[in-house]
Amino acid sequence: MAPTASPQHPPAPADPTIVGRGARESARLTRQWFSSLTEAARQDRGAAYVFVMGNMNEVLRTFDMPIVYPEITALQTAVRGTAEGYLRESEDYGYSPDICGYLKADVAMHLRGREHPMGLIPKPALVVTTNACNTYFKWAEAWERLYDVPIVTIDVPNERSAGTNSLPGDPMFRFEHGYVVGQVKELIAECERVTRKKFDIDRFRQHLQYANVMSRNWKKLLQLNEKTPAVFSALTDGLAYLGMANCYRATEEGAKYFEDLYEEMEFRSRNGIGAVTKKDGKDVQLEQRFRLGFLGVPCYPIFRGFNEFFSDWGGIFVISSYLKFASGGTSLGYEYDLNNPIESFAEGILLTVRATQTGLLFEMPEIESRLSAFKLDGIVYHGVKSCRTASSGLADRRFHTSALLGLPTLLLESDIVDPRAVSKAQMKNRADAFFEGLISRQQRGAAGR
Amino acid sequence: MTASAPMFEGWQGQNLDRILGLCRASVEDHTYPIVKKWRAAGGKVVGHFQVYFPEEIAHASGMLPVRIRGGQADGVEASQHFGSYLCSILKTSLDLALCKHIELDLFVTHPICDGARNLAGIWGRNFPYKAQVLHLPQNPNSKWAATFLRDEYARLTGDIEAAGGRRVTEQTLRNSIVVYNKSRRLMRDLYQIRRTRPWKLAADESLALVGMAGTLPREEFNLLLEAVLPMIEARPAREQDKMRVVFEGGFCEVPPFDLLQSVSRSCYVVDDDLFIGLRWLLGDVSIEGDPLANLAAAYIDDSSYSPVQHDNAKPKEKMLLKRVRASNAEAVILAAAKMCEPGLDEQVAYSKALDAANIPYFVSEFEENQTTFDDISIQMETFLENVMFS
Repeated sequence: MAPTASPQHPPAPADPTIVGRGARESARLTRQWFSSLTEAARQDRGAAYVFVMGNMNEVLRTFDMPIVYPEITALQTAVRGTAEGYLRESEDYGYSPDICGYLKADVAMHLRGREHPMGLIPKPALVVTTNACNTYFKWAEAWERLYDVPIVTIDVPNERSAGTNSLPGDPMFRFEHGYVVGQVKELIAECERVTRKKFDIDRFRQHLQYANVMSRNWKKLLQLNEKTPAVFSALTDGLAYLGMANCYRATEEGAKYFEDLYEEMEFRSRNGIGAVTKKDGKDVQLEQRFRLGFLGVPCYPIFRGFNEFFSDWGGIFVISSYLKFASGGTSLGYEYDLNNPIESFAEGILLTVRATQTGLLFEMPEIESRLSAFKLDGIVYHGVKSCRTASSGLADRRFHTSALLGLPTLLLESDIVDPRAVSKAQMKNRADAFFEGLISRQQRGAAGR
Repeated sequence: MTASAPMFEGWQGQNLDRILGLCRASVEDHTYPIVKKWRAAGGKVVGHFQVYFPEEIAHASGMLPVRIRGGQADGVEASQHFGSYLCSILKTSLDLALCKHIELDLFVTHPICDGARNLAGIWGRNFPYKAQVLHLPQNPNSKWAATFLRDEYARLTGDIEAAGGRRVTEQTLRNSIVVYNKSRRLMRDLYQIRRTRPWKLAADESLALVGMAGTLPREEFNLLLEAVLPMIEARPAREQDKMRVVFEGGFCEVPPFDLLQSVSRSCYVVDDDLFIGLRWLLGDVSIEGDPLANLAAAYIDDSSYSPVQHDNAKPKEKMLLKRVRASNAEAVILAAAKMCEPGLDEQVAYSKALDAANIPYFVSEFEENQTTFDDISIQMETFLENVMFS
C-alpha cells in the first residue's frame, strides 16, 4: 500500500531497523522473562503468582519478588502444542474436562515439578488474585492446597448494570474506592510479612511512573489502528504486546518497550506501513481488505492457523476486546498521581479492573457501537470452553449487535488451550462463509445497491 | 405490598403427604403461579439469581423477592442467546423469562461464577427492567468488607425503591429481619429433624418445602412451615437400616425431584446444600442498631459455605467434613451440575479431603431437567452396598 504522505508530513525515509523492532524486542524479552523464572526456580526463590486482570505489579515489584503469570505460562503450553498432555494429567488427577483448561494445564505443570516447555517455574510464596474472573479463586485455592501458600484477594467492585459506572467524586465511587484502598494496604502488609522487607514508598512511586509510561503509550498504540492501514494485527501482534504489558508491567524495560513500540507504530502509521507477516523469512504487509473486530479469547491451540482463516481472505483484526481486558484494563491510559501514590493506585485499580469487566460483561463500544472509530466491516465473536467470563454473553451480544449495527458477524466456538475442543475444518468453513457474505456485501455497496 | 389473600392455597387442612405433593408441584411449576397471582394483585417483583440474596431488603419495600431457579424448559427461546459449555440453569432461567412465564420489575444476579456474572448484561439487553449484579464481597476476609457491603446494600435499596418498591426505613427493615429470622429458625428445625430422624422426611420432600421459600411471601411460608413441622414430627415413619449420607453440590442448580427421590430410596440424606442460599445465614440477624450493617455483618461472619465463595475462614473441605460429622453421616454424594465450574472444581478438593479422612464418597453430575435416572440409581446402590459390606 502506498505511504500516506502529505505536504505537512512528508514521509520519512524507511528505516529498516525501526520496522519490526517491537516484534524482535518482544521475542527477546519473552525469552528473558522465562529465563529469569528458571533462574529463580533454580535458586529456590518464591514468586508472586498473579493474574493479568489486576496483577498488582506496581506493589509487588517494590518487594523484588519474581512474578509468575500462570495464564501466560498455560497459554504457552497450547501455543507450543504440549497442552493436551498436561490436560490429561490433570483430568487423571480429578479435574473435569469441562472446566478451565488454563487451570488444568497449570495444575499438571505443578504436579510435574513445575517443568514447563520454556523452562522451570518457581514455586509460589504469595498468590494475589482479584475477582475479575471467578476461576482465579479456584486456581488460587489449588495452589493453596499444593503449597499452603497465602492468598491475598483484591476485590474490585465492577459495573453493576450497563452504563452505570460510578465516577470519581460520586458517593458510590467513594465507598468502592475506600474498599480497594483498604485491600491494597492489606496486600502491602502481607508482602512485608512474606518477604520480610519494608514497603518502600519511593520505589513504589518509581514503579508507578514506569506503569504510567506503559499505559499512556498502550492507549495511544491501540488508537493508531483507527486509521488505515492498521499498523498491527490485534490478534497476532497484539499477543506479543500483551506479553510485554503484563510480564514487564511497571518496570523500566516495560516503559522503554512501549515508548519504542509506539514510536515504531506511529512511524508506520504516518508512512502507510501496515501490519506485516512473515513469508519465506521476509516481512510482507498483510492485505487489508476487511477491517474486523474480535470479541473473545484467541484459539491458542491453532493460533496462527486461526488467524489465517481471516488473513487468507484479506481480513485483519484492527481491534480486539482481548487486548483490553487481558492487559488488565491498562489500555484505559489511567496514569497514577505520584503525589498520592496509594490512593491513586487504588483508584487506578478500581477504574482499570472495572473496565475489563465492563467490556467482558456488558459492552465494548469500540467494537459494538455505530460510533466506533475503527470503521469495521465485520465482527467475530469467539467463545471458548475454558473462559465463561469472556464467552457466556457472546451469543447474546452478537444477537443484539447484529440487529443494531447491521454488520456481518460470525460466532465461533473452540478453546484457548484444549486441542480436543478445536474443530479446525468446521471453523474454516464458517469463516469462509462469513467472508463470502462480506464480499457480496462489498460488491453490493460498490454497485450502489 | 403484603398479600391480603394467601398466594398458595389448598394445603390447609390436608394431610402431610398431600401438602408435600402440592409444594413439590408449586416448586416445579415453571409458570410461577404464585408470582402471577402476586402481580395480579398489584404487587411488584424482584427476581434474584443464586446463591444468596438479602431478601429482607426487597421484603421491606413491599416487593416479592423471587428466586430465579431455572426449570423444566426446552430452551428454544434462549438458544440464540447462549453458546455451548454453559450450565442449564443459566439458559432455562432466561428461557422462562423470554417466554413470559415470569415477569419482573428488577433482576439481580451475583458474582458467584463467571456465567452468572454475565446474566446482568444478558438480562439487561433482553428486558426493559434493570438487571444488575449485587456485588457481594469476594474478599470477605478484608476488614473493609462489611463496611463495603453495608454501603452496597444501601445502593441496592435505592434500586429496589426505584423499581417500584416503597421506601425502606430502618424500622421496616427491622420488621422484615424479624420475619426472616423466624423463617431461618424454622428451616433449621426442619434440617435438625433430617439429621436426627431422617426417616421422617426425605430429601426430595425437604426440597419441596424449602423451595417454597423461593416464591412464597415469607410470612405465608412461615405459616406453612409452622403447620407442617409438627406433622413431620408426628409422622408414623419407621427407621430403616439405611446408610446416612450428605448430598453436596446442589447449591445453585438443583437436581430434579425424581433424582433425589431415587437417591432417598437407597439411603438417608441427612444433610445437603440444596437451596443453601435460602438458609445462608446461620443465626438470627440482630435488630439493634443499623439493620443494613447487621445484614452485612451476618453475611460475612455468620453464614454457611459453598464452592462459589472464597473465604479463608471457611475452607470448604473443612466445612464439608464438619457437615458430615455434625450430621453423623457415613458417606458423601459429591454431585455437581453439568458444566458448573465452581462445583466441578470443588469436587477435586472435596474428594482429596474425604480420601484423607477415610470417608467414602460417590462422584456424580446432574442436570436440572434430566429425566432418566436408572444409571445413577444403579451406580449409587452399588456404591452404598460396597460401603456397607466393606
